[in-house]
Amino acid sequence: MINFSQFGNDLYTGRRSIPFIAHRRRWYAASAVLVLIALLGLGVKHLNLGLEFTGGSEFRVAAATNVDNYESRARDAVQQVSPGQAANITKLGTSSSTIRVQTEQLTDAQNNDLRAALAKEFGVGTNEVSASFVGPSWGQSVTQQALRALVVFLVLTFLVMAIYFRTWKMSLAAMIALLHDMVITVGVYALTGLEVSPATMIGFLTVLGYSLYDTVVVFDKVRENTQEAFGNKRRTYAEAANLAVNQTVVRSINTTVVALLPIAAVLVMGFTVLGPGTLLDLSLVLFIGMAIGAYSSIFIATPALVSLRHNEPAVQELEKAAAKFHTRQAKKDAEAQAKGTGPGAGAEEPATSEGLEPAVAGRGTGSTGSTGSASPASTASTPRTIHPYAQTGPRNQPRRKPKSQR
Amino acid sequence: MALNPYTRKPLRVLGGLAAIVALLAGLLAGANIWGTAHWVPKLGLDLEGGTQMVLEPVLVGTNQVSGQQLNQARDIIVQRVDANGVSGAEVTTRGGRNIVVSMPGQPDKATEDAIRKSSQMRFRAVLAAGAGTNQPQPTTTPSGGATGPASPTGSATSKATKATKAPVPTATGASTTAAKSGIPQALLNATTSPSGTATSKPSATPKATASPTTGTSAKPKSPTDLAWVTEPLAKQFQALDCAKPGALDKVVDDPAKPLVTCSADGTEKFILGPVIVGGDQIDSAAAGYRPLANGQPSSEVEIQLSFKSAGSKAYADASKAMVSLESPRNRMAATLDSKVIVAPQFNEAILNGQASITGGFTIEQARDLANQLKFGALPMSFSLETRENISPTLGSEQLRYGLVAGMIGLLLVAGYSLLQYRALGFVTVASIVIAALLTYLSLTILGWSHNYRLDMAGVTGLVIAIGVTADSFIVYFERIRDEVREGRPLRGAVDTGWRRAKRTIVVADGVNFLAALVLYFLASSNVRGFAFTLGLTTLIDILVVFMFTHPIMGILAETKFFGGGHKWSGLSPERLGATPTTRYVGRGRFATTPAARTAEGSAR
Repeated sequence: MINFSQFGNDLYTGRRSIPFIAHRRRWYAASAVLVLIALLGLGVKHLNLGLEFTGGSEFRVAAATNVDNYESRARDAVQQVSPGQAANITKLGTSSSTIRVQTEQLTDAQNNDLRAALAKEFGVGTNEVSASFVGPSWGQSVTQQALRALVVFLVLTFLVMAIYFRTWKMSLAAMIALLHDMVITVGVYALTGLEVSPATMIGFLTVLGYSLYDTVVVFDKVRENTQEAFGNKRRTYAEAANLAVNQTVVRSINTTVVALLPIAAVLVMGFTVLGPGTLLDLSLVLFIGMAIGAYSSIFIATPALVSLRHNEPAVQELEKAAAKFHTRQAKKDAEAQAKGTGPGAGAEEPATSEGLEPAVAGRGTGSTGSTGSASPASTASTPRTIHPYAQTGPRNQPRRKPKSQR
Repeated sequence: MALNPYTRKPLRVLGGLAAIVALLAGLLAGANIWGTAHWVPKLGLDLEGGTQMVLEPVLVGTNQVSGQQLNQARDIIVQRVDANGVSGAEVTTRGGRNIVVSMPGQPDKATEDAIRKSSQMRFRAVLAAGAGTNQPQPTTTPSGGATGPASPTGSATSKATKATKAPVPTATGASTTAAKSGIPQALLNATTSPSGTATSKPSATPKATASPTTGTSAKPKSPTDLAWVTEPLAKQFQALDCAKPGALDKVVDDPAKPLVTCSADGTEKFILGPVIVGGDQIDSAAAGYRPLANGQPSSEVEIQLSFKSAGSKAYADASKAMVSLESPRNRMAATLDSKVIVAPQFNEAILNGQASITGGFTIEQARDLANQLKFGALPMSFSLETRENISPTLGSEQLRYGLVAGMIGLLLVAGYSLLQYRALGFVTVASIVIAALLTYLSLTILGWSHNYRLDMAGVTGLVIAIGVTADSFIVYFERIRDEVREGRPLRGAVDTGWRRAKRTIVVADGVNFLAALVLYFLASSNVRGFAFTLGLTTLIDILVVFMFTHPIMGILAETKFFGGGHKWSGLSPERLGATPTTRYVGRGRFATTPAARTAEGSAR
């Protein structure tokens, strides 16, 4: 097991830092490739929409006498005629049953074959099996309404986030991450040719909500840290954001693992025991979507935010002020070292106040690191100097000097 | 421990949570004993099966139903089904002719009717009115002052003719005179020429072909013009006997033409002008009790309609024109599926596009009707062709394995959080269990009250909710740990950590709740069901974090195990590499936390 608490501690204090922001071009490039592949997949292989969207053929086997195991038997019949065809199989009526088989729209020849196959399977005459075309249950209007609702929701979220975080650029960055997740998730579906059912659509929506949720959690920490940075001018915006991502990375890992574990269980169950069906469809879209959502909130959303805000005057100013602070701090430390007293307690978190440039995970080798972490051992053992008089307690405080001697 | 002032408030909050759970359980128990609720949530179509109804359009003559009409009808039926609760019904067209509605459970007759009725509401001016049957019986005066004896809102008129509510039986005997009753005698004679040149009317010549008058205000006066009453129409009116069953079967309801029809209860018959405002102009409809002058609701049920702008203009123009006409012609008839449900007189011109219909219906009927009106009329009525039970589309094994997988997932989550958070993991697990309990209770209650049904997508949504709920705790615990790392004692770490985590949790859940709200109100069908589940789990998440996890943490911070930072508590300052701070702990003592540390710990 990874020593997570130690890892978390280091990330929190900034002793160890993963350069999420500094390497943002890498993540952008990786994501761009993924998005491109997804878009290509969408363009070349269209989504395999289920019959709930497109409509299809419906077969009814009337007055079937023997209906034990009707599901698997009907499915076998469908597979004989058109291998790989998904089918919805239901039983109508209670005593004298009609078996209803819905498939995607078949050709006329297939239609006749399937009628014959079903008739043979259930021991009825071919004319007892009726075939008809069914319209989509998830029609255009449902999609349109859902899309309209989605747009309204995104606009509202954009506004709410802009008000809460007090910058519309955070909203924009969150939306970019969201779009990124959606495109990739949909692309996976297009490329693998998995059937898109209403359950999958619900899955997409869940992913969307989750991705946004995750981004908001990370951004809240970014907001906190950058606000502090704007206040004390000791870190650049990028540094503060990077620290925020580092500080929440343990949370992100934990959350993602916790969220993915139940889905993974469903997924494994779907693959091994159940075979294709709603359960597998849903768990797959959720697994992919949530994993990508967690990735994007760290690797896309925050870097995008930093890129967006990079050219703002306030951010530029902060950068200059922070650089000034760093040089001043370095000078102070150097002086202190020259005097041989070691860096004083006044050096405020020198290890975290590092620039973006040192890309190595262990930051101790950076420019300021040489000063800050040069003698951590020596300083750490004496956390704060307590006045020798005070060590024994307040009763033994030194007596105040008489006024004449002050 | 209860004496500790620090734990008093958390205990009170926990008591509140217990009260909520008890209340929900009590509600469910009560609904079970006295109502129709069950102890388990209702399941959706794909898991439990239900009823499949095949609807066949009722067509007049050789009319054919177009694919577009069928799709339109399907959309409206979807909305009507949705209005009955969050049930997740499936509505499809079949063979370009039928509509197939699959609903979970067994819909009753009223639901079934509400789905398939056309509910075409139109407003037409009354040109003439008469008693519903041709039997010799007391009828209205032939002088045109007749108001319907059965008209529910036959209130006092604003015009000179005062309160003709109780009709005076003047025309005695002969059935022929009785049948003519509503139409002035002169009119019947005068309207022999089809183009209606010399009727005694102010705006003399409406051309029946050139005035479609479907609610547009091109010729505002023409729909009320008596010249519409041609001789064949008058004959048809005379022959009409509302008491005969099937008397209206042959009525063709063309919005551009006048209509001869009966009132819904068959006591009155009418010649109506062309449609002034069509049902598509109804913007919203609401049912309720009509308020009295003092604002108190009366016992009279009314449906309030508001029109869209075009409709309200047409309505205003018509009412302005009609308010000054003599008695039968100052009435505006509201027809539902070609039958007059109510034909009130205008006492004043109605200019604001708000109409209210009061009639002999009960509040339930009014609510159903208002719902149907709101979503618009079906292009045609439907008859029920077949109604059968339908088996679940997903095999029972899907649900069973889904639940098994969910349980395994939950165990994995529990194991992982114990590994990560040591003893704190128990708090996570307990919180998830509480959340599950609350979800179960509310789903079951909602199944009873709002016909909420859990389908496969809903089940999976709940599995996802485990992750999101757990995340709230993770955010909270991580914040507490951050504070401990800063060197705060646990008591203070819990408080400051909570103050910060609260913001994050509220804003992140707020965004989710917003999503649920928008999707619920704007989307339809399955998406709506999803939004409902999402909103519910989000609310429960907030409730559990605020009313369970935080108070529990407050209490645990006071225990020696957690507060003292035991190695297995998940909050031990040593393991978290806390920054050493020296605090004055009173009575002349100082404490340095953590007491002994290795050199690598600090970065300060």
